[in-house]
Amino acid sequence: MYRYDEFDHTFVAGRVAQFRDQVTRRLSGELAEDAFKPLRLMNGVYLQLHAYMLRVAIPYGTLNSNQMRMLAHIARKYDRGYGHFTTRQNIQYNWPKLSDTPDILAELASVEMHAIQTSGNCIRNVTADHFAGAAADEVADPRPYAEILRQWSSVHPEFSFLPRKFKIAVTGAERDRAAIQVHDIGLHLKKNDKGEIGFAVYVGGGQGRTPMIAKKIRDFLPEEDLLSYTTAVMRVYNLHGRRDNKYKARIKILVHETGAEVLAAQVEQEFLQLKNTELKLPEADIQAITSYFALPPLTDRPEGWANLAGWKKADPEFARWVQQNVQPHKHPDYGMVTVSLKPIGGIPGDASDSQMDAIADLAQEYAFDEIRISHEQNIILPHVALADLEALYRGLVSIGLATANAGLITDIIACPGLDYCALANARSIPLSQEISTRFGNPERQAEIGELKIKISGCINACGHHHVGHIGLLGVEKKGAELYQITLGGSGDENTSIGEIIGRGFEPEKVTDAIETIVNTYLGLRQDPSEIFLDAYRRVGPQPFKDALYGGNAQEAA
Amino acid sequence: MADKVLTANRLSDGISVWLDASGNWVESLQDAFIARHAEAVTALEATGKAAFADNKVVDVNVIDIEEVAGVLRPLRMRERVRAEGPTIDYAPGYKGLSGPVHAA
Repeated sequence: MYRYDEFDHTFVAGRVAQFRDQVTRRLSGELAEDAFKPLRLMNGVYLQLHAYMLRVAIPYGTLNSNQMRMLAHIARKYDRGYGHFTTRQNIQYNWPKLSDTPDILAELASVEMHAIQTSGNCIRNVTADHFAGAAADEVADPRPYAEILRQWSSVHPEFSFLPRKFKIAVTGAERDRAAIQVHDIGLHLKKNDKGEIGFAVYVGGGQGRTPMIAKKIRDFLPEEDLLSYTTAVMRVYNLHGRRDNKYKARIKILVHETGAEVLAAQVEQEFLQLKNTELKLPEADIQAITSYFALPPLTDRPEGWANLAGWKKADPEFARWVQQNVQPHKHPDYGMVTVSLKPIGGIPGDASDSQMDAIADLAQEYAFDEIRISHEQNIILPHVALADLEALYRGLVSIGLATANAGLITDIIACPGLDYCALANARSIPLSQEISTRFGNPERQAEIGELKIKISGCINACGHHHVGHIGLLGVEKKGAELYQITLGGSGDENTSIGEIIGRGFEPEKVTDAIETIVNTYLGLRQDPSEIFLDAYRRVGPQPFKDALYGGNAQEAA
Repeated sequence: MADKVLTANRLSDGISVWLDASGNWVESLQDAFIARHAEAVTALEATGKAAFADNKVVDVNVIDIEEVAGVLRPLRMRERVRAEGPTIDYAPGYKGLSGPVHAA
């Protein structure tokens, strides 16, 4: 993984010192709140319902065990013993004291981490496929490009005060696990006929109150033009993006109002001016960054195949976990492991300090010290020998993180919701807990198959409800919570925005409604290989409306 | 007019607090001073502005509450969650709605 050089260390240390001074002056009263608020936000410090919240960047979701131990240490020393991994591959702490935040940032800096640009109208943490570097279906590892973008965008003077926040996602595989089509810029790494690396460029996707699927504005951008072309996009957005209305300020609105073709032409015009400038990426620089992300020394471990067969036969629960949470690695003797942070009835994405420490130990022992955070709020160990799976599994069982539910109905994404978030209108976590508990039986989950439920506690859609196969959006109606259900959303290479199925449900009726939807699906699917999303796309919303609302479907819509 | 209390978050640690009858910022809604008429609300607002200007608290708001069997209950769900803490079992030791009531 990328390691800080001297410049990076000096830069981050400088920011910590600067913020320490700002916090000191705020606490002494020298700085007023209006002046301080943008400064704390630039360092990831929000004010939520009960306390401050600190959002720490995990660049493209990649970290090592040393960094994970630091996240555990911070949870223990400065917070209440846990942290929340987010849909942006970051971690949030819910209870830090403002007076402690400079110390927290100093501790993070000691392991090459920070909270810069985790808030504000700037280019946020660049996200990437959580299986990057390990997936068999990958053209190239997206992380070097994400790192190049991170370095370029960090305190970029021209792009620190954009009309609104800006999110870039990169995938290197045909199977899109980074949801690039619902990002401001989505980059899909690919090879052309000559075998050269480049990107398909998507612009203007996003969720929030106005969900939009990104438009492809370039089929193939040579890798050397990554920064010049991205700069061109940013300049067009910075110039023409709306600043008069916060709700219309994202680039998706600009793309929609301008039209993708016109916007693409504007970008190309800007790009012509930038193409052969210092923004052109030298091959040597790309190679230098790429070398940080080299595969670990994966020696052949063919004994794992026979071992695995024996272990699975002896322990059906282990077999289920392997079936659900281990995916093929590009090296046949290895697997990519999803450590589910969705224990049945638990809080999606939460991990305690001791669990984080234990994950760090397991990663060091069995996974070449590499850890990822997925946007689906799970932890990934991308390189585990099949021969080590059983020992890893035992370790995970001992810390309560061996739930075999990756991609199943209980692998729910949920934002913090009204239990923590100052923007939320309704709770997300208790709902996810109830659904998880209702469907927690392993056989039942297996029978239902792949089904992604995503829950947001407000229209900002941090819980990605628009792209949930089943999406739940919490709203406040007459002082009480109400949940709107959408069906048919998806955040992969065939991205779709879910359709609102009808009138909302009170909290105590949501889980029954989900059950009705699930039973309807089970009754109409062609066979078990037809997953919920495919069945929905085949039959449309009507059977689900009929099941949920009976004769009142029309009124419901 | 609904009864009202003054709430904010403490500057130094961000913890939710309410103004009590002695002018102190306390961590329990149940200890809050209740404004039952317009003059008292005006006084609360003035106190809030002063405390904000004095860098004691941030995000200062006057909120609507009702008193049910001697227990203060915010009318808005958001404020109820603020007063009682997360509704999920995230950590031991969280106290619910309890404690004495002060009013004017």
